[in-house]
Amino acid sequence: MNNPLLTSGLVIIGVPAAVVGYILLIEFILRFLPSRIVPRVRPYLWITPALAFLAVFLVYPTIDTIRRSFMDRYSEKFVGLANYEYLFGSKDVITALVNNLLWLVFLTVGAVGFGLLIAVLVDRVKYEPEVKSVVFLPMAISFVAAGVIWRFMYDFRPEVGTLNAVAGAFNAGPIAWLSESPLNTFALIAVAVWMQVGFAMVIISAGLKGIDAELLEAARVDGATEFQIFRKVIFPLLLPTIAVISTTMVIIALKAFDIVYVMTNGNFHSEVLANRMYKELFNVGHFGRASAIAVVLFIAIVPMMIFNIRRFREQEAIR
Amino acid sequence: MSIRRSLLIRGAAAAGSLTLLLGAAACSEDEESGSGTVSVIGTWGGAEQEAFLQMVAPFEEKTGIKVEYTGTRDINAVLTTGVASGILPDLAGLPGPGQMREFAQRGALVPLDDIIDIDTYKAETSPGFVELGTVDGQLYGVFIKAAVKGLIWYNPAHYDGTVPETWDELTAIADEQATGDTAAWCVGLEAGPGSGWPATDWIEDFVLRQSGPDVYDAWVAGEHPWNSPEIRSAFEAYGEVVANSYGGSDYVVNTNFGSAANPMFDDEPGCLFHHQASFITEFFQDEAGASTEDYDFFRMPDINPAYAGAMTGAGDLFGMFNDTPEARALMEYLVTAEAQSIWVGIGGALSGNSKVDNYPDEIAARSAELLAQAEVFRFDASDLMPEAMNNAFWSATLEYTQKPGDLDRILNELDSVRESAYAEE
Repeated sequence: MNNPLLTSGLVIIGVPAAVVGYILLIEFILRFLPSRIVPRVRPYLWITPALAFLAVFLVYPTIDTIRRSFMDRYSEKFVGLANYEYLFGSKDVITALVNNLLWLVFLTVGAVGFGLLIAVLVDRVKYEPEVKSVVFLPMAISFVAAGVIWRFMYDFRPEVGTLNAVAGAFNAGPIAWLSESPLNTFALIAVAVWMQVGFAMVIISAGLKGIDAELLEAARVDGATEFQIFRKVIFPLLLPTIAVISTTMVIIALKAFDIVYVMTNGNFHSEVLANRMYKELFNVGHFGRASAIAVVLFIAIVPMMIFNIRRFREQEAIR
Repeated sequence: MSIRRSLLIRGAAAAGSLTLLLGAAACSEDEESGSGTVSVIGTWGGAEQEAFLQMVAPFEEKTGIKVEYTGTRDINAVLTTGVASGILPDLAGLPGPGQMREFAQRGALVPLDDIIDIDTYKAETSPGFVELGTVDGQLYGVFIKAAVKGLIWYNPAHYDGTVPETWDELTAIADEQATGDTAAWCVGLEAGPGSGWPATDWIEDFVLRQSGPDVYDAWVAGEHPWNSPEIRSAFEAYGEVVANSYGGSDYVVNTNFGSAANPMFDDEPGCLFHHQASFITEFFQDEAGASTEDYDFFRMPDINPAYAGAMTGAGDLFGMFNDTPEARALMEYLVTAEAQSIWVGIGGALSGNSKVDNYPDEIAARSAELLAQAEVFRFDASDLMPEAMNNAFWSATLEYTQKPGDLDRILNELDSVRESAYAEE
C-alpha cells in the first residue's frame, strides 16, 4: 500500500470492526441452533479468531522451525542432527551458551536484588513516588535506545565516554568496557539491569504493600529489629512475587539480543544465542543452523513455561 | 438501552463494511501506481546517500521515473529474507561478489547481458570489474563506483612525502621519525557489525605483496589454509603495525575507522601514517575537519620484488532482482560514464569506467590512475569470500589485535570455519 495514512486508518478502524462483526455474526448463527448445545459451542466460536491467530503466527512457525532445524542451509535436504552437531562443536556457540548463563544468573539477581532493595527502602518514605518514577524511567525506552545511550557512556575516549571521564578524574587509564572480556558481558548485563530494575521494583513494591501491616506491628511489639522483620516476615511473604518477577527476568535474559547487537555485535566474546541466531539467519543465510539455535533457546525456556503454568493453575485453584 | 445498542451494532457493521471497501479500493489503485517507479536498496546513508540521489537526479528528470531509495546498514538481512520470500527491491547494492554469486546461483538475480549495452560496457570498463560481476559466463552485477585500497596516507605538514620503494624502507623511516608521543601508525577497526574490516585490508595487502597473486587467489577460494606460513606472516606483519600504533590495541579495537586518523591532523601528531582506501578522504574532511592540503598519499610499497606493482581495490556492486522496464532503464543509466562521473565529481568515489575523468582534485585523479594502471589488481579478499568466512575473518582480526600471542589458535579456528563455509557452495 502506498499511502501510510490509508493503511493505518484501515487497521485502526478495520480490525476492531472485523472482530465485532465476527462476534455479531456468530451470535446471529447461534440463534438458529438448538438451545441445549449453544452454551457448549459458544466459547469455542468466540475464541476461534484468537486461536486462529495463535495457530498461524505461533504454532505453525514453531513447528516449521523445528522441522527446518533438521534440514540443510536452504531447507531443501534432510540432514538429521548435523546442525546441532555443528552448534555444539562451534566455539562461538559455546561462548554464547556460557554468556547466556551469565546473563540468566546476573540479570535476575541484579534486577530482582536492586528492585527489592529499592522497594523496601522507599516504602513508607515521603518521597517514594518520586524515587519510583525516576527508577522506572528507563523502562520507557527501547532496548536499542538503551544500547545506544550506554555505548556513549562506555566509550573508550574520555572526551566522549562518561565512565572513562570519571576514571580519568581519578587518574585511572581509560577502561575498554566493551572490548575487554569478560568485563564486557557484565557491562552489557548492567545495561539490562538498569532497564529492568524499575519493573522489578514496581512489582515487588505492589507485593510489599499487600503485606498486612498488623503482622509487622505484631513483630515489632515482639521486639524484632527492622532487619529481622525483613528476613523473617517480609521476605518469606514476598517469595511468590519474587518468583514471578524472577521468571520474567530469566526469560528476558534468554531473549537478550538488542543490547548485544547494538553495543558489541557479539564481538570480544560477548556473543549471546539470540545474536548468533540472527547472524546465522541473515548474514550467513543458513536457515538450518539458525533454526537449530531457535530450538535450543525454546528448550531452555520450556522449564520456565512449565513453572509459570503450574503457578497459574495453583492460583486458579485458590479462586 | 436496547435501541442504543442496536444502533451501535448497525454502526459497527457499517464501519466494518466501509473499511473493507476502502481497503479494496486502495489495493486496486495500487496495482496501477506500480509503474513509473524503481525501488533501490543500498547500504549508503548520510552523505553517501545524498551523492547517490544526485547521481540519479538527471535520470529522473529525463525519464520521469521516480527512484525510491532506501538505505539500510543491514542489507544482508533485507536481501536474505527477500530472496526467501520473493519480495525484493528492483535494484540493490549487493554486499560483494561472493554474495552476488550465491544469489545468482539461487536464480534470484536477473542476468544483465540483454539489459545493458554489454559491448559498450565491456569496452569501457576495466576487465577485472567485468569479470567480478560475471557468474558462469553471464553478467549479474555491475560496479557503479570503485575504490582503490592499500594507500598510505600522511599529513604533508608532518612528513616530507618521500615515497619509500619497499616496505622495509617504510618501516625504517617510520622507526626513525616516530619519536616521543608520535606513533608510526593510526589504526581503527570499529565499524558496528563489520568491525575488523580495516585489519582485513591490511592483511590482504600483506598477502598480496608477500606471497603473490596465486596464493591470494587460492586463499580467497578456500583452497589455501589459514594456518600456513604465507598467511601467518601476513598476520604477523599486521601485528607489528599494531605494536607501533597510536593508543595501543585497546584504542585500535574501540575506535571507529572513520575517525581513527584524527590524531594525524593534530599539531602534535599522534601518528605519521594511516593505511586506508581512497574513499577515506570524505572522512578526513568530515571527521577531522581536514582540507585537501592536509593529506596526501603514496601507494603501499612492495615487499617481495617478484610481486611488484600489486594493488587491491573494491567497489559497490549493483544487481537487479525484478525485471521491470523502469529497472532496466535505471540499470542502463547507472553503467554509463555520464552517471558515474557525477559521484566521482562529488568526491570520495572512483569508477571502473575508463571514460570517467572529472575528478574533483588531484588526489582523486592520482588514485584513479593507480587503479587503472595496476599491473596486478585484486579485488578485496574478504568481500569475495563466503559470508560466514568473511565474518570469521573480521572477528579473528579483532581477537588477534588484542591477543597476538594466540595466532595459532586463531588461524586454526579460521581453518575450521573454512571447512564448512566453502562446503556449502
